[in-house]
Amino acid sequence: MRMTRYSSSIPVDFGPHLFLAVLEGTVTAAVLALTALGLSLVFGVMRIVNVAHGEFFMLGAVLAWWFASLVAGSAAVGFLLALVLSPLVVGAVAILCERTVLKRIDYNPEATIVATIGLLYIIQQLALTFYGPDARPVQAPINFRILFPWFGYSGYKLVVVGASAALLIATWFVLTRTRLGLIMRATQYDRETAQAFAIPVDRVYAVVFAIGAMLAATAAVLIVPIQQAHYLMGHDPLLLSFIVVIIGGLGSILGTVVAAIIIGLSDGIISVFFSPTLAKILATLLVALVLVVRPQGLFGKIER
Amino acid sequence: MSAAQTSAMPAHRSLFDRVVLLHLAVLAALFLAQFVVGDYQHLSLARVMVLATYAVGYNILFGYTGLLSLGHAMFFAAGLYGAGLAAAQLSFGATEAFVAGIAAGLVLAFAVGLVVLRTSGVSFMIVTMMFAQAGYLLSLYFGEYTRGDEGFVLQGDIRTAHLFGLSLDLTSPTVRYNIALALLGVCILVCLALVRSPVGRILVAIRENEERARMLGYDTYRNKLFALVVSGTMAAAAGAAYALLFAYVGATFASIQYSILPLLWVLLGGVGTVLGPIVGTLLMFYLVDFTSEYTSAYMLVVGVALLGLVVWFPKGLLGTLREKVIAWLP
Repeated sequence: MRMTRYSSSIPVDFGPHLFLAVLEGTVTAAVLALTALGLSLVFGVMRIVNVAHGEFFMLGAVLAWWFASLVAGSAAVGFLLALVLSPLVVGAVAILCERTVLKRIDYNPEATIVATIGLLYIIQQLALTFYGPDARPVQAPINFRILFPWFGYSGYKLVVVGASAALLIATWFVLTRTRLGLIMRATQYDRETAQAFAIPVDRVYAVVFAIGAMLAATAAVLIVPIQQAHYLMGHDPLLLSFIVVIIGGLGSILGTVVAAIIIGLSDGIISVFFSPTLAKILATLLVALVLVVRPQGLFGKIER
Repeated sequence: MSAAQTSAMPAHRSLFDRVVLLHLAVLAALFLAQFVVGDYQHLSLARVMVLATYAVGYNILFGYTGLLSLGHAMFFAAGLYGAGLAAAQLSFGATEAFVAGIAAGLVLAFAVGLVVLRTSGVSFMIVTMMFAQAGYLLSLYFGEYTRGDEGFVLQGDIRTAHLFGLSLDLTSPTVRYNIALALLGVCILVCLALVRSPVGRILVAIRENEERARMLGYDTYRNKLFALVVSGTMAAAAGAAYALLFAYVGATFASIQYSILPLLWVLLGGVGTVLGPIVGTLLMFYLVDFTSEYTSAYMLVVGVALLGLVVWFPKGLLGTLREKVIAWLP
């Protein structure tokens, strides 16, 4: 879809064509990995599927537009303000949802899905009410083009890839090398035993749910200078995150990143050479089959 | 809920006991309603009855078998497109197109059921959602025939149905209303007969405890497949009727929203009650209709209702009524 914007600069040769598809796919993969990691973390630790995850992504983008519009002077300052504040606000909204809704239904897996579908519509329609139906852009903090022999390419998109990679590494570091990560992994491994060892499981849940939402919001702030903020933009990231998380295995950072790269790249390449719709159909059916073939793995763990 | 379920099935029952009479009375009330309401309500009620048929089908799987599907829009859409495309591309007559729509839903439900029933719980929900999403995307991908989101309108000969030598003008509000009522009536009675039959009890046993049902020697996979096929076929019948009665076929009906709506209708009316889907669809339809006059964000009502029902009111209207007042309600 986004490819069309470059169609005038695309030469007919196969090589550059493929190169462009790979570049676009890498950007998709980077942002997707961040979003999906949030979903994966929430599933891993709390054993629930958050269907409203895409709406946290959307909220991040819409808030980014709002914060950036507060700073009239410099695009970079506005963007950095959004990058810091937008995930924080989304995290606060997530904690509110977790405390008022999910805790009340005791994290029952099936009820949680229905409840988060409710949250999905509430957040989405509130965004429509207060933000409106228009798509609005946020200016990129930097503005330069990298000139390849065949076409020019937005430098900001490569910054997005770099920033996503840095955040993924940071998340990995927190999970494996810090006390907070240890507490989270203990809760994931065995909730009751963790509680017996005086880990405040209840608070861990709230924190994990907030971190999951904040990862999605951060990904959205990064993508919004490329894609524009719109109240319906949460739909695609949600479905793609499902696909990535299911293929990559839940709670595994490496699996999520690898799956995001596979899905992102194949999405980019199939979109350029065939059709974006076909790419999505194939990915969707692939996931359905993965779940059917391994019913006891992945999601099946819930019923232990 | 199971205690209420057993008492709903008295040991000695005649063909016309109070349960059957109640359901016939509801259908009679719907028949009489057409003479008292205005033109606008007349059309709305016809729509509600077709959508309620969809909800009745959904309830057989969700309410009685305990399988929460998030992808029923694929069956509704199979009926919608099965009938719509048969009429528009293959120039089928209205009756033949209706049958084609139902057949499309039946085949799809059987094929999808063979695959998705290997999963359960949360993965069943996600897998059905994924299949429905693939179906929605397919309807966009074949935009040449389906015209995607924009959809297409049925017109000409297809607006007249020929049945048993009768010619029915599908543009006439009276004909539309009574066809919708007939469809709903048939589905309600099928549902009632099903839940009072031995098979219905097996389905409830699966809902309450699948492991135990299997231990007792029931082939749960087969029974679940049966429930899914009946449920999907009813959804497809509703879809086919919707296309033929209201003459519009579009990809919106295949979207995720149309998988969520029957869930909401059933939850509101009462999960696992025969009349619940009608009550839920009726209330929700008017609630959304009313809200959309004031704001474009009318889906907010859907979100709030869904959340409120799950958190505070999981049994829905008739489910609560059955628990508190009339225990014999099926």
